[in-house]
Amino acid sequence: MLSRDADSLYWLSRYVERAENTARILDVAYRMASMPISYNGVETNEWESALITAGGVDQFRAVYGDATPENVIEFLAFSEANPSSIQNCFDTARQNARSVRSALTSEMWEAINSAWLDLRRYKARSIKVEDLPRFLNLVKEASLRYDGSALRTMLRNDAYWFSRLGLYIERADNTARVLDVKYHVLLPQDAAVGGGIDYYQWAAILRSVSALVSYQWVYHQNLRPWLVADLLILREEMPRSLAACYAFLSRHLDDISQRYGTSGLAQRQARATHARLTNRSIEDIFQDGLHEFLQDFLAENNRLGQAISTQYLG
Amino acid sequence: MAAQAIFDEMNGHDGRSRDAYRILQDWLKSAPPQLLEHRREEAELFFRRVGITFAVYGNTEAEERLIPFDIIPRILSGQEWARLSRGLEQRVKALNMFLKDIYGPREILRAGIVPPELVYLNPYYRPQMQGLSLNSGIYVQVAGIDIVRVDDEDFYVLEDNLRTPSGVSYMLENREVMMRLFPELVGMQRIRPIENYVDELLGTLKSVAPASSPYDPTVVLLTPGSLNSAYYEHSFLADRMGVELVEGRDLFVRDEMVYMRTTEGPKRVDVIYSRIDDDFLDPLVFRPDSALGVPGLIAAYRAGNVAIANAPGTGVADDKAMYSYVPDIVRFYMGEEPILKNVPTWRCRERESLSYVVDNLRELVVKEVNGSGGYGMLVGPHATAEACEHFKARILANPDNYIAQPTLALSTSPIFTEKGLAPRHVDLRPFVLTGRDGVRLVPGGLTRVALTEGSLVVNSSQGGGTKDTWVLSE
Repeated sequence: MLSRDADSLYWLSRYVERAENTARILDVAYRMASMPISYNGVETNEWESALITAGGVDQFRAVYGDATPENVIEFLAFSEANPSSIQNCFDTARQNARSVRSALTSEMWEAINSAWLDLRRYKARSIKVEDLPRFLNLVKEASLRYDGSALRTMLRNDAYWFSRLGLYIERADNTARVLDVKYHVLLPQDAAVGGGIDYYQWAAILRSVSALVSYQWVYHQNLRPWLVADLLILREEMPRSLAACYAFLSRHLDDISQRYGTSGLAQRQARATHARLTNRSIEDIFQDGLHEFLQDFLAENNRLGQAISTQYLG
Repeated sequence: MAAQAIFDEMNGHDGRSRDAYRILQDWLKSAPPQLLEHRREEAELFFRRVGITFAVYGNTEAEERLIPFDIIPRILSGQEWARLSRGLEQRVKALNMFLKDIYGPREILRAGIVPPELVYLNPYYRPQMQGLSLNSGIYVQVAGIDIVRVDDEDFYVLEDNLRTPSGVSYMLENREVMMRLFPELVGMQRIRPIENYVDELLGTLKSVAPASSPYDPTVVLLTPGSLNSAYYEHSFLADRMGVELVEGRDLFVRDEMVYMRTTEGPKRVDVIYSRIDDDFLDPLVFRPDSALGVPGLIAAYRAGNVAIANAPGTGVADDKAMYSYVPDIVRFYMGEEPILKNVPTWRCRERESLSYVVDNLRELVVKEVNGSGGYGMLVGPHATAEACEHFKARILANPDNYIAQPTLALSTSPIFTEKGLAPRHVDLRPFVLTGRDGVRLVPGGLTRVALTEGSLVVNSSQGGGTKDTWVLSE
């Protein structure tokens, strides 16, 4: 297929996924911020950590001053100064969708187009903090509908595989960043002293990747920080875990190389990262340092994105 | 062409229903009024949902408009179509021979049939095409010929569109909508199908591939991009043909071969169905500021390594000054009388015509020689005295740039309005495909309709609408 079309599909999926991730991050900040201070620790500013997780702290500082709820919501949901704001994500997604209309099924196009029309009704500064859940729900539903229609209506060919690659690269990046921003509350010494306060922080991490209920089904026990990390890093049955993302990345890259009859750097990198995720235990990772592990992973994931671009989308 | 009662395609001159419309008319009489209104709403919903829009695509909804669709079909009998299609084939064949001659031996100029300056001073004449022998010998693969009628005898050609005629996607979608919304009505008569247009188009394009291309040549559709007003049509046709929809930046030329950038590396391109104006095709040859085109494309074309449909330079045969010579062109190459008539045309470049035109502006339609889309024209009977004076000054300042025609009593066809059926003026754009293996036509075309009562302007950019066009089998 045309490289430009593959590129558009790849970024279309990345931007839809990014919008959903940002919506989840805002959702968690909203929940945490509405808790009494004694439950979430004195020094945390949940809106600030939302900003750090979603990225773009520097851009934020350049335009706004304090990380007040209103400022952060505007920046992450609406701001034109933030290329990854939810509204910018959907603008970019729709532009990409329009340029590959013929590679999309009509269901996918309608999912993107109607979400874009719905979201345009919300405007910066006019949204109140208490309207936020409804807005965020709309974003999550739009992403689910897009993803579901891709899954159910697309031919299983390179167009499908490139759109999946975008989704999993973005999702892996997000899960790793959610963990990294909160890694300190997962460390064992904090767990020892944390008690009840940290419980809500762990729950928040799970909730931001919609894994709170899954946790119970997988482990059948109370929240333990190392199990939270295990679930989100190593468990392939958890669809947002790093291991699951890499299982899919490596499978779809293999699909492409089989179809094209050649393979390259992207395939080798994905396979290597996937192998490292399946051969480790969570104890090893804590031993070597969770933060270091996550930083390495983010850099690797970024390199894979570049390898895919150079190999196919250039 | 004398002034008379306007010919209605359903009711004729005298209100007696014409044969082709009899079944439709009976059905309309028996259909409850709410049914039509309901179906009209459904049709609009369908067009909006599928996103069949035109005009500027951008970031706001207002920029995406629907072309209004009227649910009452326009019907031609089998005999009418037989005559019309013979005329179209004759005309397009002659125009292709004319272009081959103009860019080759120029016999028609030597014979004194067409004034040379009309060719050489024409802004669409491309010296780069001179002396180039096309492998297929075909210049116009896709033609859209605008047809009007004033009675049940004759078809008149209003305009030949030989560059990048558009509208065929509406022709196809209109039929699709009618089949869905009016299955009972459609089932009552034998309507000749048109859905094979896309196959015929692909066949035509493949037939003109360069000699060096493989057995199954690679065809692409070249679009200016998603901001173009006809982008929907471009993506529709590429999708239905199963060919890549490319922009200039997706193509590159190496060693006079054209390639597209794909996820599997460069892939050779054999045939380009171009929906870009010549001017923008290749910045090395035409407009150097064009970012839409492909540098080196014309060199590859001249080397015979790629086919471009339609060929660059076809515009020399479709401007409004050349139009008036087309009957002579048909006689010259075909050795027969033209089957389709031309609307009588005064060329303002000729002194006698000019004085007639400026003296009779109120009765005439005056057009710019190179205008299109209904812009830059004066409809005398509907214009204010002031507008006429203003236009007169423009004509006198540059007479070569204008032609004038009598205002025709264009035929009408009923449309569905809030107050029931009402006659509106229509035209018809059939699409004529020409490949190495001959001319192909699907029965019908795009019927455009002026939605405002009395209006003669059918262009979609000026608020015109469209209808489905039925050709009944004989």
